[in-house]
Amino acid sequence: MNWWHRVTHPKKMEEQLDKELAFHVEQLTADLTERGHSPAEARRLARLELGGPEQVKEDCRDARGTRWVEDFFQDVRYALRSLRQKPGFAAVALLSLALGTGATTVMFSLIDGVLLKPFAYRDPGRLARVMEQTDWSTPQGNLWSFTYPNYADCKAEVRSLDMAAFLIHRGTVNSPGAAEYVVGMEVSHDLFSVLGVNVALGRMFRADEDKPGADQVAIVSHRVWQTRFGGNASAIGSKLIFDGTPYTVVGVMPADFRFDDSELSLFTPLGQNTSRRMKERGIHGTGVWARLKPGANLAQAQTELAIVGRRLAGDFPKTNKGRTFIAQPLKPDVGDTKETLWLLLGAVTLVLLIACANIASLLLARAVSRERELAMRVALGAGRGRLARQCLTESAVLAVGGGAAGVVLAAIGMRPFALLWPGGLPREQEVGLNWHVLTFALAVSLVSGLLFGLAPALRSSARHLSRTIGAGSRTVGRGSHRLHGVFVVTEIAIAVVLLVSAGLLGRTMLRLSALDPGVDIRNVLTARTALSPAVLANPDRTRAAWAELMDRMRRVPGVETVAMVDTVPMRDGNNTINYSLTPADPTYDEKQPMALANSVTPDYLKVTGIPLRRGRFLTEDDRKGTQSVAVIDDVMARQAFPGVDAIGKHIWLGITPDPVTVVGVVGHVRQWGLAADDQSKIRAQLYYPFAQVPDELVRRWSELMSIAVRTGIEPLSVLEPLRRQVSGATGDQVLYDVNTFEQLATASLARQRFLLLLFGVFAALALLLASIGIYGVLAYLTSQRVPEIGVRMALGATGPQVLWMVLRQSLTMILAGVVVGAGGSWFATRSLTRLVEGVQAAEPSTVAAMVAVLVMAALFASFLPARKASRVDPIRALRQE
Amino acid sequence: MPVKFDLPQGTLDLLILKVVALGPVHGYAIAQRLHQVSRDVVQVPQGSLYPALHRLENRGFLTADWKQTETGREAKFYRLTRKGRAQLESEAAGWQKLTEAVSLILALSEGGAE
Repeated sequence: MNWWHRVTHPKKMEEQLDKELAFHVEQLTADLTERGHSPAEARRLARLELGGPEQVKEDCRDARGTRWVEDFFQDVRYALRSLRQKPGFAAVALLSLALGTGATTVMFSLIDGVLLKPFAYRDPGRLARVMEQTDWSTPQGNLWSFTYPNYADCKAEVRSLDMAAFLIHRGTVNSPGAAEYVVGMEVSHDLFSVLGVNVALGRMFRADEDKPGADQVAIVSHRVWQTRFGGNASAIGSKLIFDGTPYTVVGVMPADFRFDDSELSLFTPLGQNTSRRMKERGIHGTGVWARLKPGANLAQAQTELAIVGRRLAGDFPKTNKGRTFIAQPLKPDVGDTKETLWLLLGAVTLVLLIACANIASLLLARAVSRERELAMRVALGAGRGRLARQCLTESAVLAVGGGAAGVVLAAIGMRPFALLWPGGLPREQEVGLNWHVLTFALAVSLVSGLLFGLAPALRSSARHLSRTIGAGSRTVGRGSHRLHGVFVVTEIAIAVVLLVSAGLLGRTMLRLSALDPGVDIRNVLTARTALSPAVLANPDRTRAAWAELMDRMRRVPGVETVAMVDTVPMRDGNNTINYSLTPADPTYDEKQPMALANSVTPDYLKVTGIPLRRGRFLTEDDRKGTQSVAVIDDVMARQAFPGVDAIGKHIWLGITPDPVTVVGVVGHVRQWGLAADDQSKIRAQLYYPFAQVPDELVRRWSELMSIAVRTGIEPLSVLEPLRRQVSGATGDQVLYDVNTFEQLATASLARQRFLLLLFGVFAALALLLASIGIYGVLAYLTSQRVPEIGVRMALGATGPQVLWMVLRQSLTMILAGVVVGAGGSWFATRSLTRLVEGVQAAEPSTVAAMVAVLVMAALFASFLPARKASRVDPIRALRQE
Repeated sequence: MPVKFDLPQGTLDLLILKVVALGPVHGYAIAQRLHQVSRDVVQVPQGSLYPALHRLENRGFLTADWKQTETGREAKFYRLTRKGRAQLESEAAGWQKLTEAVSLILALSEGGAE
């Protein structure tokens, strides 16, 4: 019989053991009878010879090698039975564990999908992002995207890398199907092979298509294929008009293909681009990814890149001085999501710890009340290790049960939670239940089981147990008091940390929501506008098209004023420039002052309601050919012209050799968003007329301009009429990125609001669990003290005195917890200030308010057992023995 | 009656293997055989016989089937496995070496270090 068979047939094993031993005894008895003993005497001697039958059986069971399995199942059955006996305890423990592990698992599944999972390309560990690096910095750092000639040189000379380039290309697709503004990309023909992805349909680009003048071909995304070609295979070879140019579709990407987390709509060959950027070493924007060639490593690539960098710096000092190239392992860029995720994982871990402390103290209370039972079992021969194991099994059953429920909760909750993420969770499609997450959940359950099971288990095997039998029920081991105290203090301390964090975030939200964005956010609609590609070729036609567009918009009923603006307040995207107060050449330089430059039309002030402080705003008379003018905000006025009148002063912007003249000062706008603006480095703002943008930049600017519309009615209600007006004669002009100012203001606080919501929930949970914990512990401790209280009352103690005695005991624990928690809060609030924009150090009043809430709740929880204790009937208490 | 010795640690397993090597045998017979062969010198505690049998079975040295005895009773008969035979040989050899070494030492004459 093999081991497995023995494990699975415990009953048969027992029967056979009985039979074998019985056979021995009978044979011996028979032999002894033969030798002249009376049958009864023979039987007695035979038994004596064999030794205690139960002892022998135990030894045989031990020798079988299946003992621990049998014990384990026995322990599990015992654990289930004892949990069933206390359904209230089991429910509280399982529920808090399920919530705790469920929440931690959800957070981890997000971390796994967003941060830990590599890109879904072939062998992602060998992919690298190649950047230009300068030995000086701008506020954006010292890493740059490539210029095309630099890329071409690196690609030709670096042997350890397969390099591929790409360039974002936004534009309007208007056939087949309705006009739509999409994000596409120009790519070198080998980009997809470098990534190791293939088209789902058709073919990839050929090298000969990656040259100027080649056939204009495109690969479209799965979505475009579905929406514009009906998912039909005949899409291959048909035409698609993008930015006014017809392309022949040659391929369709797989449905799940993402490029650096974006779902791009179409790809065209980069080599067909004939703009200046392909020849000049000063125009950045080309992205470069690379794959290490077989056998090569990143260090070799770095060395080779540095050599090319040095050579180019010598050959082209004007553009490449102090510039080299570096390769970094290609990792998804998820921005501040990383910090938020770790922050939340930290917070849920605290909740889980409270749950563990709670269960530990409840289990301990049960272990203590079972002490006499355990002592009895030790006396009857149970090993201490065995008892500890049984205790741990009980905790493990709880932990695994709670963990399983938690995984179910997590599986239900993780997708909705990921979709709830403010501003969209990066790499959201990667989040899901997989074996990483399951392993994590299992580990979390077992560790928490160990955490809350260890104290009762150690206690069950403690040496002084034998004394317990002697001790009456009138005493409780001092050690048990202390341990319970530790659990309560831990719970209170963690609850303090979470409550103070939530309070801090709440306070921050209140403060930030009360901030003045600097614009009147009611009834303003903004949208980016893509002009017809046909009019963009000529600057004068472009200007005329904008003028006509705004005229048509003004005629829409409900529209009061219309203006153009290049950077909309509180929306992503900005345009920072260096400025100078002398005719120096304002190049990128850390020491040079910077401002947010915004080209607008004269009605912008009326649309936004920005207050005019001095001078005048831009007018229709500020045109091409008249004096270049600008209006600055009061922050820039203080920064550039402290103590003097800014009106009439000159500023050099580097766009043109001539300076602009300041004609007015307006109020500051919280351009970076309500939360971020006060802390941002560049706050100075400057407005200049769109009419004075130099001709050669009009096309580029027009691609970025938005319209802002002030309405007399609900702003979103004019959107459809506006769209119809914008569409134009050719039907290829569209509005996109549509927002109201109110939406933008709300969205700029989305992260703070989201964190506040979650921390609020966690803090409430912590408060609830800690209250349950302190109630449970005190109820237990006072019930143990009933005889003692009886004696006190018999000796004259009054009800209020007993009440106070119990409350004092709990107050000591609460205060100790508050002190420890205050220390922890300091760390928590420090990380919050560092990681979340707009959070400032906690005011003492916030901390005090939160601590007060907690102390009130905890005192209320302890009041119930205290009152019960004060109503003890001394006679009955003394008779209880 | 001669003086009885307790079995030295670990030798019970060796003795059991040796007895079982002579042919399939049940627990009671093993006890009897050990008793007789050792001429009552070695006291086999019967309480430790069965745990030892089960241990050896668990380690794969013995295997067992239920068979009829000559008196028609069903008993658990133990047989040596191939692994058990190898174990017996190596243990017996080890024992041989040990006893030789011990007797050599005991045979040394007083001050006999040459």
